[in-house]
Amino acid sequence: MHDRLKLITKSKLFWPLMILVLMIIFNIIFVDDFLSIEFKDGHLFGRIIDIINRAAPLMLLAMGMTLVIATGGVDLSVGSTAAISGALVCSLIGGNFDGTVQNPFIIAIIAALFVSILAGAWNGFLVGKLGIQPVVATLILYVAGRGIAQLITGGQIITVYYKPYAYLGGFAPGIPIPFSIIIAAVVLVIVLLALKKTALGLFIESVGVNSVASRFTGISVVKIKFLVYAFSGLCAGIAGLIISSMIRAADANNAGLMSEMDAILAVAIGGTSMAGGRFSLGASMIGALIVQSITTTLYAVGVSAQVLPLIKAIVVIAICFVQSEELRHKLSGIFSKIGGARNEKATVKL
Amino acid sequence: MKKPQLSSKHVPLAITVLLFVVLFTAGAVKYPAFLSMQVFFNLFIDNAYLIILAIGMTFVLVIGGIDLSVGSVLCLVCMASAHLVENKGMNPYAVMVLMVLIGAVYGLIQGSLIQFFKMQPFIVTLAGLFFGRGAAAWISIETINITNKTYNDIAHYRVHLWGDNFISIGAVIALVVLVLAIYIAHYTKFGRSAYAIGGNESSAMLMGLPVARTKVLVYTLSGVCSALAGIVFSFYMLSGYSLHGQGMELDAIASAVIGGTLLTGGVGYVIGSLFGALTQGIIQNLIMFDGTLNSWWTKIVIAALLCVFIIIQRLLVARRDSQKAKGNVKTAL
Repeated sequence: MHDRLKLITKSKLFWPLMILVLMIIFNIIFVDDFLSIEFKDGHLFGRIIDIINRAAPLMLLAMGMTLVIATGGVDLSVGSTAAISGALVCSLIGGNFDGTVQNPFIIAIIAALFVSILAGAWNGFLVGKLGIQPVVATLILYVAGRGIAQLITGGQIITVYYKPYAYLGGFAPGIPIPFSIIIAAVVLVIVLLALKKTALGLFIESVGVNSVASRFTGISVVKIKFLVYAFSGLCAGIAGLIISSMIRAADANNAGLMSEMDAILAVAIGGTSMAGGRFSLGASMIGALIVQSITTTLYAVGVSAQVLPLIKAIVVIAICFVQSEELRHKLSGIFSKIGGARNEKATVKL
Repeated sequence: MKKPQLSSKHVPLAITVLLFVVLFTAGAVKYPAFLSMQVFFNLFIDNAYLIILAIGMTFVLVIGGIDLSVGSVLCLVCMASAHLVENKGMNPYAVMVLMVLIGAVYGLIQGSLIQFFKMQPFIVTLAGLFFGRGAAAWISIETINITNKTYNDIAHYRVHLWGDNFISIGAVIALVVLVLAIYIAHYTKFGRSAYAIGGNESSAMLMGLPVARTKVLVYTLSGVCSALAGIVFSFYMLSGYSLHGQGMELDAIASAVIGGTLLTGGVGYVIGSLFGALTQGIIQNLIMFDGTLNSWWTKIVIAALLCVFIIIQRLLVARRDSQKAKGNVKTAL
């Protein structure tokens, strides 16, 4: 019994799940109608559905970010890439008032995703091939990306009236659950299959733990890094489609703003170390749900959107603090001292 | 006989100075109004805050770290001083001193988290970035205009040089910080320790240098520089707004890197960062003089320039390493 309990608490998913359950309990108590789900026009509505719907783009970002962080890097450009992707798809579809398209929908999507992969590949080239620090390499696109998105939209906010575009971030006809979560789930399943059925997951972890040793064992470190950044770009691109579809417009300034922090937060809550190595996509997904429910809860209690980063920054530091080896050493030092004192007392009693 | 040769350490700096001269000449050829002393001095006036940020960043990069929080500390300082001076009626000079203290504490906390809890610099300072922005928005989401007389007097004061040329108080502060930073970097124990840590941290530790103290102090210094830049920026903008200085961390890093500071640490010149910042100022001026280009081009051009310089750095380092390897082979033979 004790062993089984230990096994459960040791699982990577345990702590993230516990936090999520706590969040849900908090919400059930303090937020009205949290659990109520309505069935209207063939779709489900309710706070929980809303959280899941809004968490979908974050889940996608967190997927890419998890793999990037697992190789010991970080991708700060995801928000900007999302903005580029949204800007491109909206400008290709065009803002025709009668709801017609200037270019076929599917071509717009393919173009946006292609450019997103390109953006990710550029990061991968800088980090993998040229060996530039991930922070600086991705910071370039983090800043320039919004400029590029601005140039694509011509500084305007393009509003799209084409109906099917709204399906991506909302509901498609005939499907009761949000379409965005289906997209996220499909991507997740494909990635999980690729990671578990091939040695890819192992390679990524090994690059994160020790890239020099990995190179000597014959793993192409450059290729792996290139791949994870390109994948992160793709994820950001899909997330960008969903985000812009939710507001049916391309907003180069605000789409995905500060979402890189959310993605990193989701990965950190999921327990993946910021230094690379062991990772768990499932835990990151739960992390994304937690981040989104924190956001929604804070909105519900009346915290403004601009102040949210302050709270999230504190949470990130707190998590890194708990993860920190140094802290554990220091704490275990204190505990063993206390324990030692107790033992001494015990011997005195004897 | 030894040929006078440019050390690979100085190549990026030389390229930057050359680039600066070329850009300035190009501007002068294209726009006659460009060729005046005042345009040159305006570069200092318009980029005083960036010069100060870049100086702080140079130290951080030299020890092999990174500070992403500089732009948001600048924004927080601007916002907090506007709030305290306008809404609380505090003495402007007391506010300025308080702001420098806040910057120091900000940097000290970040440095301590990085050094004593072995957290990655990027995650700590990224959290610092979001914390600063959030805190600024928490003070006020609306813009706070500074109407205080002292602030306005300082903002409009002109330090006359020869002829009709002048610079602002902000530019004077930037130049003073520059001179101090050059002194600290090259003529103090602290500065030399910083270079040693960036070169090789373990060696520095074995040499008995105070590694932990120096690293924490470097982040503190960067915090102080950000706060000073924030004060200069509040003279320049005369307002506090939670989106001030967005993306400025990249500008500061770009200034340092364009000025020849290696991202891998150990190599960097404060004077180079000055040229890095001025080069960005010129690019901004050229885009403004052109008039037809979207202001977003500034960001894209600077990002591209940063890219080019990073790639030059990589190539130089790679060449140096291969030369070293060759040298080793020769001595072994």
